Amino acid sequence: MRIAVPANEDKKTVCISYGRAPFFMIEDTEKGSREFEINPGAEAEGGAGIKAAQKLLDLEADVLLTPRCGENAVEVLRQGKVEIYKTTSDNLDDEIAKYKNGELETLTEVHKGLHHS
Amino acid sequence: MKIAVLSGKGGTGKTFVSVNLAATLGKCTYMDCDVEEPNGYLFLKPEIRAEEKVTVNLPAFDAEKCDGCRACVDFCRFNALAYIMNRPVVFPEVCHPCEGCAMVCSRDAVSFQKKEVGTVYQGASGDTEFISGTMNIGEASGVPVIRRILEKSSDCDGISVIDCPPGSGCMVMETVSEADYCIIVGEPTEFGKDNMSMVFKLVKGFGKPVGAVLNKCTGGKNPSEEYCIEEGIPVLGKIPFTRNTGNLSSRGEISCLADGELKEIFISIIGNILNEMKEGVIG
Repeated sequence: MRIAVPANEDKKTVCISYGRAPFFMIEDTEKGSREFEINPGAEAEGGAGIKAAQKLLDLEADVLLTPRCGENAVEVLRQGKVEIYKTTSDNLDDEIAKYKNGELETLTEVHKGLHHS
Repeated sequence: MKIAVLSGKGGTGKTFVSVNLAATLGKCTYMDCDVEEPNGYLFLKPEIRAEEKVTVNLPAFDAEKCDGCRACVDFCRFNALAYIMNRPVVFPEVCHPCEGCAMVCSRDAVSFQKKEVGTVYQGASGDTEFISGTMNIGEASGVPVIRRILEKSSDCDGISVIDCPPGSGCMVMETVSEADYCIIVGEPTEFGKDNMSMVFKLVKGFGKPVGAVLNKCTGGKNPSEEYCIEEGIPVLGKIPFTRNTGNLSSRGEISCLADGELKEIFISIIGNILNEMKEGVIG
């Protein structure tokens, strides 16, 4: 299983923004590996959530742990069969551990996105 | 000749200047391109004779023909496309719709579906030809509606006055790109000056001739006027801040038709624009 979490520059904390996070941390539970991938959505003019979600599909993520997520991104992830769980703190290690212990809940609040035309 | 009336923020007096210019000119075309909140009709009270729905082409993808090359997804700078479970998916609200995905597709997998995004109205107010448009609620961009208004005006001779959307975004650029001359309406505040500078930079980027109308002049300090002097922007006219003008506008009346002094100011503004155009001064 591959778990994705939006990460800050410090690569230790969970980024409060999903679409604009600088990195995604990908933990591969089978390989026991952890990688930080650049999020192309961070630099996008518009449609950041969609671009970031595309990256997660391309990275073959199975699960996303995030504090929040916009509706377009959720739609991409839903169609791509990526499950989304809500994080409860900004500590990357803690959140991964909580997910593995089944302590995180499914993300239900979806924001309308911060679009600009 | 198309004259675009601009300002960096709402409420500086774009519509006020536009409808007064149109009324002073009489035989001309007035176009309300502020399609998010058009209000020129409140003053010109036109008789509408034609209504037309504006549509855009939204892409649809044939999964059978698609070979998954993703050229369309990579091309879309608005990120309106995603490639999910071996097929491209479009997000209609994010799509702008430029049709670029069809251009880059080597498999002819993109077709188009029409989507209604707004309405354009055409009519007349006395000798003034009137064109206006509205966006459908929920649409992200008014550009397709503005484009249609501007296309319609190509049939009109003489001077056209374009009442532009506020700011310096995509919709404003669409109108500026079609203009022969740009008027920036300014108000005498620091905030007004700042907004004026944003629009001035945009207009300069397009290389269009530009002048300013200073609205709401009180006789006191006017940061917008100082900015015009600094940047060498010709001041086409100054509109005094009076209770009478406010009253007339709040009743939906065109002020210059009821106020001789104001009429003189607008006649002189038109004269100054024509002179500027003759001299070919670029702002």
